[in-house]
Amino acid sequence: MASGVKPRVKVPKTAAAGDIITIKTLISHKMESGQRKGDDGNLIPRSIINRFTADFNGQNVIDVTVEPAVSTNPYFEFEAMVPEAGEFKFTWYDDDGSVYETAKKIAIG
Amino acid sequence: MDLTRRKVLALGTSTFAMASLTGLPAFASLTDDAIAAITGGAEITEGGIELTAPEIAENGNTVPVEVAAAGAVEIALFASGNPTPAVATFKFGPLAGSRSGSTRIRLAKTQDVVAIAKMEDGSFHKASATVKVTIGGCGG
Repeated sequence: MASGVKPRVKVPKTAAAGDIITIKTLISHKMESGQRKGDDGNLIPRSIINRFTADFNGQNVIDVTVEPAVSTNPYFEFEAMVPEAGEFKFTWYDDDGSVYETAKKIAIG
Repeated sequence: MDLTRRKVLALGTSTFAMASLTGLPAFASLTDDAIAAITGGAEITEGGIELTAPEIAENGNTVPVEVAAAGAVEIALFASGNPTPAVATFKFGPLAGSRSGSTRIRLAKTQDVVAIAKMEDGSFHKASATVKVTIGGCGG
């Protein structure tokens, strides 16, 4: 498990039904690409977030396959449709098998 | 001593030309292979997809890119000059508000960033942008 992994998500608190909203997500992760060499001259093994998903009330919004070419602290911005009040669920999958999750509620109003 | 200045210059440019000639196709084919892996060899149309990337990136470690393609089910990003060309693939679900996404990527050197969109009708669209990189982003 990579240390200091902290997900941050920006979702509006309210929206009108059927609205399209912009969501910004960022997770602190070093995203070691497996291309860098350490002080001892050996390659530092790859350790990245390899997948990111966002769901709303169980329905998928976006599913991103992530490769080592995505920067440190991977940032994703995308748009989602809000048909009703509910909860966004964000999931990040680490190379080492860890899964980081966070959720945000959104109300209609 | 018959190694004149003119000869030295000619030698230098020809070796440089050789190096760039041998270097480029290797990278191009890697990207082409990666693209063929998703398209399955299907024909790719230019346009119909928007790729926004800076013309010059000071730091290759974080280059903001944005892709958008109306009617796409999947958009894949490739960096042709990176050791591994694949960057990220956005798959849109039923609640996607628009077929767009943006992220920050690493670029090893000045190169073309390529976006391939798979449309609902099964066709493929392509867009590319050249990004000049001042500091490479692969720890080289």
